[in-house]
Amino acid sequence: MNFNFTEEQEMLKAAFAEFAKEEIAPNAAKWDEENHTPLDLMPKMGEMGILGVFVPEQYGGVGLGHTERVMALEEIARYSAGLAMMVFTHQLGMAAILDYGTEEQKMKYLPGMCAGTAICGLAVTEPGGGSDVAGQKTEAQLVDGQWVVNGRKCFITNSHCGTATVITCRTGEDEKGRSTFSCIILEAGTDGYGPGREENKLGLRGSMTGELIMNNARVPEENLVGEVGMGTPIAMKEIGEVGRASMAAIATGILRGCLEDAVKFSKERIVYGKPISRLQAIQFHIAEIRCDYEAARLMTYRAAAVKDEGKPAAAEFSMAKYFATEAACSASKRLIEIMGGYGVVNEYAAGRYHRDALGCISSGGTSEIQKIIVAGDTLKKY
Amino acid sequence: MRIIVLVKPVPDPEKYNELRIDPETKRLVREGVQTVINPTDKNALEAALVLRDGRIAAGEDSSVTVLSMAPEFSRDKLVECLAMGADDAYMLSDVAFGGADTYATSYVLAEGVKKIAAEKGENFDLILAGNESADGATAHVPVQLAEWLGITHISRVCSLEAEGETLRAVKRSEDVLLTFEGEGQAVFAVTRDINKPRFISAMGIVKARKKPLSIWTNEELGLDESAIGLEGSPTQPGRLITPELGRAGRPLLADEDATAEDAAKAIRALLGKEGF
Repeated sequence: MNFNFTEEQEMLKAAFAEFAKEEIAPNAAKWDEENHTPLDLMPKMGEMGILGVFVPEQYGGVGLGHTERVMALEEIARYSAGLAMMVFTHQLGMAAILDYGTEEQKMKYLPGMCAGTAICGLAVTEPGGGSDVAGQKTEAQLVDGQWVVNGRKCFITNSHCGTATVITCRTGEDEKGRSTFSCIILEAGTDGYGPGREENKLGLRGSMTGELIMNNARVPEENLVGEVGMGTPIAMKEIGEVGRASMAAIATGILRGCLEDAVKFSKERIVYGKPISRLQAIQFHIAEIRCDYEAARLMTYRAAAVKDEGKPAAAEFSMAKYFATEAACSASKRLIEIMGGYGVVNEYAAGRYHRDALGCISSGGTSEIQKIIVAGDTLKKY
Repeated sequence: MRIIVLVKPVPDPEKYNELRIDPETKRLVREGVQTVINPTDKNALEAALVLRDGRIAAGEDSSVTVLSMAPEFSRDKLVECLAMGADDAYMLSDVAFGGADTYATSYVLAEGVKKIAAEKGENFDLILAGNESADGATAHVPVQLAEWLGITHISRVCSLEAEGETLRAVKRSEDVLLTFEGEGQAVFAVTRDINKPRFISAMGIVKARKKPLSIWTNEELGLDESAIGLEGSPTQPGRLITPELGRAGRPLLADEDATAEDAAKAIRALLGKEGF
């Protein structure tokens, strides 16, 4: 067993960290305050190889794995969880095309998405369904060689900036009368398809979240991803192994921000003539944050390593997502406590970390959904 | 255009508080301290890559070779240079090179340059380097290297352009900018304001796997050991002094109505008393 990154991975981590420190850190607070999505950074991240780090070279990617993808997300989320949210949702849609798309679809969409000149997403959630898959109402019917799509998706990241989004639609029912779903790519600019309301979120600001509305939107039959009726397994696999991995990585990045800021602040803040870092009450908080960060990191990277080995990793990612997001909530609260009055002043990042951490809970399934998945896996294995 | 870039791994300037000096040898203890590519060497590499890419875009052949004299544990810094875009790298690494001052260092590097040219069967056109290292900061090595090679050198270069065979370098000197134009082999020592080094990309790191990186010991260079390392270094460190950094204000003038001129006189008198 070896817990170290390879020399190449260390170099990648340093390269991603340098990029994040120079291009993201100075702007993160502003993006949060103005709820601004830095779309101009996408081509730069494409050039860095961040967006397509897990995509094979023939489709414009770097040809590495999910460990490296998670690494990049942690570095981005260290400074801006909102931007990391946008990046991962882009990768979530890309993963669906990569894993289930036709060769033509991969060649058509992935190079631009790796370069950051096209933006992807995966839209499942609806007012009446999300984790409740069967509650989805969006429907697609095959008419004269075209999919005619009608419905409304909500809480969709990249809703207002996506150029091609993979959307789950009801396309039929099985022998027991249960709805079956398929994944279909809808491109921006298609008649009858476009964004609706954009949400004003508590946290993860800087990523666009909102509705996608389909009103007799017609797309070619070949926009189907995978087979008819395979929509639910495709969405569940990608959300389970790419989406939750990403949320775990983002929460790990927030945890590192909490840890670094807690150490810096407590060493600089002088009370009664000495830095507060010498007070045990503060040290206990710092120790808790450190333990949370290390545990989240281990769980997240282990799950990514399992996926890179080609093994099923949904339960591992659920555990990592559940632990890391809850830990980020408590660590950011601890940071606010360490900082006292400064902790609630928006000039400092502590409040943003807390809002972002809370935002991570619902993305990719709440903590309760993760526990149901973990329990199911545990009852099978033990 | 064949370009050689000199690179030095230095202790991370952000970790200077972790540095210590061996009281016996009076040398920096480098073991266990995270190293980075000397910041201005990255500027030199960026300038070289821009010149190379300009030549390639014009349909010419061009390459950038990185050369470093460093302990073998710094090999990853050369891989970083390859990831940034250099075509190949050479590392001169031997305990015999250790303890060298700038004179002996530049001599070994000059011999490295000659051996690279001999290996490749073609001479270089340019050598670029950072103006000074973040640790030693003598700014000696590029100039001394040029002297060993008997070629032109310009230091403090803040702009470098190529037009055909002509190179135009702008040097910052006090308050003026001096522009030099010329042809032929030369060493340019660049400053941080020449450019902003590019980020190292994931693609660059993956490509670096396949790029050649050679490590040469003195066995390959065959240099007389009396001319290299500690023995070949005429500069020897003297006494180590830790300056007193205690600062305490003391009033010089009791009179609240004292003028700036009174203050100047008082300061002058104090300096005189202290022997200045």
